[in-house]
Amino acid sequence: MLSFLSVFAQEGTQSLFRQSGKIYVVVAVLSIIMAGIILFLIRLDMKIKKLEDSKK
Amino acid sequence: MKGLWWKFLGAILVMYAIIGGLLMDAPTTLGQLDETIRNLFYHVPMWFSMITLLLVAFIYNILYLNKGDRKYFIRADSLIKVCFVFGILGILTGATWAKFTWGSWWTKDPKLNGAAVGMLIYGAYLILGNSIEDRVHRAKTLSIYSIFVYPIFIVLILVMPKMVDFSAHPGAGDTQGFTVYDLNNNLRKVFYPAVLGWILLANWIASLYWRYKILKEKEDEENINSEHVDA
Repeated sequence: MLSFLSVFAQEGTQSLFRQSGKIYVVVAVLSIIMAGIILFLIRLDMKIKKLEDSKK
Repeated sequence: MKGLWWKFLGAILVMYAIIGGLLMDAPTTLGQLDETIRNLFYHVPMWFSMITLLLVAFIYNILYLNKGDRKYFIRADSLIKVCFVFGILGILTGATWAKFTWGSWWTKDPKLNGAAVGMLIYGAYLILGNSIEDRVHRAKTLSIYSIFVYPIFIVLILVMPKMVDFSAHPGAGDTQGFTVYDLNNNLRKVFYPAVLGWILLANWIASLYWRYKILKEKEDEENINSEHVDA
């Protein structure tokens, strides 16, 4: 996965989209949000599992 | 931990799609689309997720009618309800994309209007469900409705758009498939993982919802039984 990303990064050094380097900040923010949502889903999954086990 | 791998796979793929989708090199030959082509990795998977959720619901509805196990109905019902989340997100993201590319929130695009009609058809599912009191009767009627409606939904959003002249969507009407623009294969490298990741994530969310529903129904039954004992 990391090698994929570095391929993208190398190819795009000329691109206006990434010229200022600020887009990485956006990538970081979006990653944090998504990671948070996924962690929340994992916790929810575990809680439901616990309840299911206690009901049996 | 068994049976968890697909949830983690979904999470990893969605993460990859967000990061890769922003950092990849977009094709420079897209005209008015330009960098917004990145929306391909975020807007389109919403629809693929919705279609897949509805397909899984369709299968569970058939299983329910065949085997009569209520668990299958609850799963199908939950899947259909979760698909609204993805459908609404799909419409909102599509409208945003259209506004800044074609200058209008809503266009006369057959795919867009087909999707809207499809959502209304499934909206009728909710109303139908609320109008039937008896549990078994309700489950059977809704299952039959869902089995009937799924092929119509597919025709509306996948077949009809191919039969008209104008569309903003690739591969529909007078437009070409997106693979034509994908000269350096970068779009594909992110697009396919994004679609698979979101489909898995959507199914995960739906499975959480139906597990909650099954627990809730068990609890309700226990409450009813204990009331009978008290009386």
